[in-house]
Amino acid sequence: MQPMLSVQGLTKTYKGGKQALSNVNLDVAKGEILALLGPNGAGKTTMISIICGIVTATSGKVLVDGFDNVSDYRQARGLVGLVPQELTTDAFETPWDNLCFSRELFGLKPNPALVEQILKDLSLWDKKDTRIMALSGGMKRRLLIAKALVHEPQLLFLDEPTAGVDVALRQDMWNMVEKLRQQGVTVVLTTHYIEEAEAIADRVGIIRGGELLLVEDKTTLMQNMGQKQLLVDLKGPLSCVPESLASLGFVLAKEGLQLLLNYRGNDDTLDVGAMLSAIHEAGVEVLDIHTQQSSLEEIFIELLQEAS
Amino acid sequence: MNWRAIWAIYKFEIARTKRSITQSIVSPVLSTSLYFVVFGGAIGSRIQEVDGVAYGAFIVPGLIMLSIMTQSLSNGSFGIYFPRFSGTIYELLSAPLSFWEATIGYVCAAASKSLVIGLIILATAGFFVPLQIAHPVWMLAFLVLTCITFSLFGFLIGIWADGFEKLQLIPLLVVTPLVFLGGAFYSIDMLPEAWQTVTLFNPVVYLISGFRWSFYEISDVGVGISLMMVMVFMTICLALVGYIFKTGYRLKQ
Repeated sequence: MQPMLSVQGLTKTYKGGKQALSNVNLDVAKGEILALLGPNGAGKTTMISIICGIVTATSGKVLVDGFDNVSDYRQARGLVGLVPQELTTDAFETPWDNLCFSRELFGLKPNPALVEQILKDLSLWDKKDTRIMALSGGMKRRLLIAKALVHEPQLLFLDEPTAGVDVALRQDMWNMVEKLRQQGVTVVLTTHYIEEAEAIADRVGIIRGGELLLVEDKTTLMQNMGQKQLLVDLKGPLSCVPESLASLGFVLAKEGLQLLLNYRGNDDTLDVGAMLSAIHEAGVEVLDIHTQQSSLEEIFIELLQEAS
Repeated sequence: MNWRAIWAIYKFEIARTKRSITQSIVSPVLSTSLYFVVFGGAIGSRIQEVDGVAYGAFIVPGLIMLSIMTQSLSNGSFGIYFPRFSGTIYELLSAPLSFWEATIGYVCAAASKSLVIGLIILATAGFFVPLQIAHPVWMLAFLVLTCITFSLFGFLIGIWADGFEKLQLIPLLVVTPLVFLGGAFYSIDMLPEAWQTVTLFNPVVYLISGFRWSFYEISDVGVGISLMMVMVFMTICLALVGYIFKTGYRLKQ
């Protein structure tokens, strides 16, 4: 099946010589939600800007639903919606006029019913005739989202859409993305909030220094890269780990009151029952047992550390 | 051709004019009226006719040109500069429209505003001096062509400028002096011979001369040459827009 977005060998070197992207290859399937994670200056915004036609690539190719974004730019751009990172809005227009303008820029007939629906969905309906300059930062952010949706895009880019917004808007955003997913819209979002990617993305891409380090299904990534820990709380403190347990990889924690075993999330050779038997045989009295898994954030940090 | 987008840009710009009607329309009309009072009434009453035309009436085409040139530059440059300054240019660049289409939207809006101002000033002039328009179609043609050409020039300035100061630099330091020295208030025959030759290097002379011819059938240079100069200037501006379209100069990194 043809991907909704295909990025092939994308490279960007800015005038001053800074290489923002280096041979990036990426396919995003229709209806998929991809989260792009990366530190500041990693190249996320440059990549989105090239795909949307705002920045010119040094080399490489971008296809949106099979349309080249340079030679077939009308078809390609018509499918794409962008919520930029910066709060770049007009000042003197009203949200209503601004949305009508955005829709017409895409060559589409006015659709007041759709504009009304989008404004209502994003809690901007009561502000539709207020000058944009009088809106709060959160409302401006909603307006940018509304503007990106008003031409009914099939591929939506959200460039750090929840940066600096309150919890309520973030939750609304997540709900909106879920709704778009149900409508079959493909979403690519960049974010610094890794829990955001964890909550809504199907796949996660990690980008650093202009290179796409990996793109992986979120669950697979957490299984393969994530650390799991077996935590055994003890009735009394130990001064050292019994040799039979040390050979299995156990270490002491919490001043001798806890035995800890780290293992990979995808390590299905680990037999927890056997571990418990070994603990019992070593004569260690157990108070409680639990496991925990590293978060996407920890995996992300680990990957970046490995790459550097 | 994305006509709907062109229309959207046009409406957007006209709406901006409506919001700032005092600055956009009233201000140039008022300042031009003051020119009539000072040059046409106070000083003009002491100057004899120029080429058989009363001085007050003689300066009308020059004053209209002065206004529409400065207004076209200002409207054309601000229209594209402001989205660049505020960052909303991203929306234009990511929309399915070519740079030519965006140019048509902005330039037509800027030229429309200037044309309206020019016509209002013309009507205002009628209150101060007896007007005669020998060739109304040519008058309108010169008016429209000058509005479009200078709006296009303003559009280029709006792309070139990287600050509000630069936005004003060319209109104030280049165009206004050229208009004042381009025969807006005098016939170039009134200058010493050497300066007459120098003046012919001023492109604005040809525009004012052609426009004045459409009123009183008097001109400093042939009307055909005037028309040709407008077209040459427009072609240069279009070539520069084409260059920007190709290279993304100051618009795309």
